[in-house]
Amino acid sequence: MIIARVIGQIVATRKHPSHEGRKVLLLQPLALDGANRGEPVVALDWVDAGVGDRVLVVTEGWSAMTTVERPNSPIDMAVIAVVDSVDLAEGSGS
Amino acid sequence: MFLARVVGRVWATAKDPSLESRKLLVLQPITPDGRERGRTVVAVDAVGAGAGEVVYWCRGRESSFPFLPGEVTTDATVVGIVDQISLAQS
Repeated sequence: MIIARVIGQIVATRKHPSHEGRKVLLLQPLALDGANRGEPVVALDWVDAGVGDRVLVVTEGWSAMTTVERPNSPIDMAVIAVVDSVDLAEGSGS
Repeated sequence: MFLARVVGRVWATAKDPSLESRKLLVLQPITPDGRERGRTVVAVDAVGAGAGEVVYWCRGRESSFPFLPGEVTTDATVVGIVDQISLAQS
């Protein structure tokens, strides 16, 4: 799983039926220090996350599609939690 | 899943039978503001996307699931056409 920030929501009229009724979110993966890490990704929402939220994201198909209750669907990422806080041991970096 | 722009199409006569009548699209991954990033990739189309459109695509085993019960041999599939992206104010 990775931690990411919700930076946007995607509107898509034509999409696979398994994506209907789920928010399609644009996420910026984060390093532990809060800096951007890599390029934004697209995931389905399961926890009613919104723009600005820091979230936990599964990035593999089986976990993603079963979480959003759409088995056997083309879904490879899902937002599974809104992060309240992260405690780090002293000296831990990104 | 990832954002990309459709920049072309691949035509192949000799191919795995599961790809018959499937559209093969060339995708250029992009950033949310539309800049190109990284290398192009070829994906099967599941939503009727065409050249110039911004799409999002899925990778891996699950990219063959739109075609169930057919077993289409693909590891990348276009699963949505992006109409609009609402970005956070920054």
